[in-house]
Amino acid sequence: MSTTPVAKPVAAPVAKPLAKLVTKPLVRRPPRRRPSRRRWTTERVVFTTLNTTFLLALAALMLYPLLNTLAISLNDGMDAVRGGIGIWPRVFSLQNYEVVLNMDTIYQAFFMSVLKTVVVVATNLFFTSMLAYALSRREFIFRRPITMVFVLTMYFDAGLIPNYLLIRDLGMLNTFHAYWVPVIISAFNLIVLRTYMKSIPDEVTESARIDGAGEFRTWWQIVMPLCRPALAVVGLFVAVGSWNAWLDTLLYNSGEQWLSTLQYELQKLLSSSMNAGANSGNLANNAATVGSGGQLTTPIALRSAITMVAAVPILLVYPFLQKHFVSGLMIGSVKG
Amino acid sequence: MTHAPVSNLVTATGLEPAVEPASSSGSTDRKARKNAEKARKKKLAKDSKPKITWNAVRAQRALLFMAVPLLLYQILFKYVPVYGWAIAFQDYKPGRGGIFNQEWVGFENFVDLFTGVNGERFRRVVVNTLGQSLLTLVVGTVGAIALALLLNEVKNLPFKRVLQNITYMPHFLSWVIVASLASVALSLPSSGGFINQALMSLGIVQEPVMFLTEPNHFWGIVAGTSLWKELGWNTILYLAAITAIDPAQYEAAEVDGAGRYRKMWNITLPGIRPTIVVLLIINCGWILTTNFELPYFLGNGLIAERAETIDVFVLRYGYQLGNYSLAVVAGIFKTIVAIILVGAANQAAKRLNQETLV
Repeated sequence: MSTTPVAKPVAAPVAKPLAKLVTKPLVRRPPRRRPSRRRWTTERVVFTTLNTTFLLALAALMLYPLLNTLAISLNDGMDAVRGGIGIWPRVFSLQNYEVVLNMDTIYQAFFMSVLKTVVVVATNLFFTSMLAYALSRREFIFRRPITMVFVLTMYFDAGLIPNYLLIRDLGMLNTFHAYWVPVIISAFNLIVLRTYMKSIPDEVTESARIDGAGEFRTWWQIVMPLCRPALAVVGLFVAVGSWNAWLDTLLYNSGEQWLSTLQYELQKLLSSSMNAGANSGNLANNAATVGSGGQLTTPIALRSAITMVAAVPILLVYPFLQKHFVSGLMIGSVKG
Repeated sequence: MTHAPVSNLVTATGLEPAVEPASSSGSTDRKARKNAEKARKKKLAKDSKPKITWNAVRAQRALLFMAVPLLLYQILFKYVPVYGWAIAFQDYKPGRGGIFNQEWVGFENFVDLFTGVNGERFRRVVVNTLGQSLLTLVVGTVGAIALALLLNEVKNLPFKRVLQNITYMPHFLSWVIVASLASVALSLPSSGGFINQALMSLGIVQEPVMFLTEPNHFWGIVAGTSLWKELGWNTILYLAAITAIDPAQYEAAEVDGAGRYRKMWNITLPGIRPTIVVLLIINCGWILTTNFELPYFLGNGLIAERAETIDVFVLRYGYQLGNYSLAVVAGIFKTIVAIILVGAANQAAKRLNQETLV
């Protein structure tokens, strides 16, 4: 994405003044670079400097909170309470991570988060793409009404408590199924995949059919491989959504500790320190916590370490999919 | 991306061009091919408007087998929960068992929520929701457009890509993490509140600001934190729309002596106007739905008067304190307003001759 239009020759002289049209052959000569792009005029130097400075400052602002948290998490817990740590640990120590890894709840929650994310991504991609394939077939008789039913759910929501009652009445409270069954299809992703599949030339699927492939085979062996970029983006969106979710744990699965997720554990920690902070200054952040292995740490350092554990997996993945974001977002933003 | 001039929304949001699987042929003959394709498809679509007959059903049983179970699934999980709306007309006590064993009270809960003591609280909750959402929307849109314009001026592509990746980063952090980061950033300098540190060392304030215990700052905090999280992400669509503007327009403007800012104002901004309008319209439909996590995590008792939004009210007062009936009434209110807003937005989009949402 984001190829600047500068380098490419323009094909049609659409909006040019008449004079230009008359001298068309001249324009057609070797691509004429525009002067302002090439010469370093004072205006350009000043603007580029200011712009670069501003954007760098913005990038720093985006990165600082996370780097700060990273530094605190790598700092000695007791020392971190003194505050004033920037983006570099003052007293380097891996103790906080040791404590985190020794906390059974966090350890378990991490694996539950991973398991949940993997299951949700697998089931969601499977079912959403299957339905998207059916809805992308132009001859499919119920294409319109079914699409409508799904698109409306982007805006219609029965509400938190009715949804909770449904899960309860289905007997899925405090089970792993409450994580993945309610989210095997999202309307937004369905539209993204369907629109992408529609763009695959009919000849491809037709030839598959002539060779004797049924619908399932055409979907799984012909269309799915062609959709890899779209599947990658949708998969990322789903993974991020599932990994970052905490409300499903709070609503449906907070009764069973083994079903707890990393985000939910972090949220509990955050809300306890928020309440303590509002009531009694910073006492909560200063009290020493003894980890199960006997190491000393403090809530602020512990929270930083857990934040990093919860943030890093996603942050390692998304840059590789950056080039696909544009198409994924644009298709889904409007019905299409 | 193709270079087709932006003349309607479809190209402005890149619907068609973006999804085309990459082909290496030249842009002109691709365009021609695509036009031919489109014409063919249109004809086909007109000819074979699917008719529901038993033969068709039998012939398409594989497709039906793929779609119908999932349709039933969606109806079960998205529409069937509406039976829970019955609670709005009941004096719901979880101890009494299911919704068939409850006492029916008619519209009492509605009266209860919209008038009296609860009414005052609920009106404040609605105002908070609207205030936080609108502020977030305005700040977010203006910020994203400005950043897209500035990023567009960066000609060093690797640098631009790195910048984009960095600004996308917060989008991928969960709201729990963002709230945690924000609570640290906004705290007192002694507990690592670097915003206060910065303000004080710049001499803007003498005393540290009590961001999270002073109600009047809260809307700004929500808008600012959302801006931090989504700024880079929101530029994606605007940047794509800018790339789709015909470069000939810029060349013509240059010939006419337009400078950098004239070009931004008179070509780039009008060029992305369809995108801006559509995104604003879409977001209007979500206005009561957004902003859940931040007020829930950061809003403590001291600032509840400015922090509590509808969703927080439903979760805290309804779900956690067991006032199911009032919470469901609030939820119904939210859903109905959302549907009205989406309908209105849809009409507005139609009026503006844009792609519709529903």
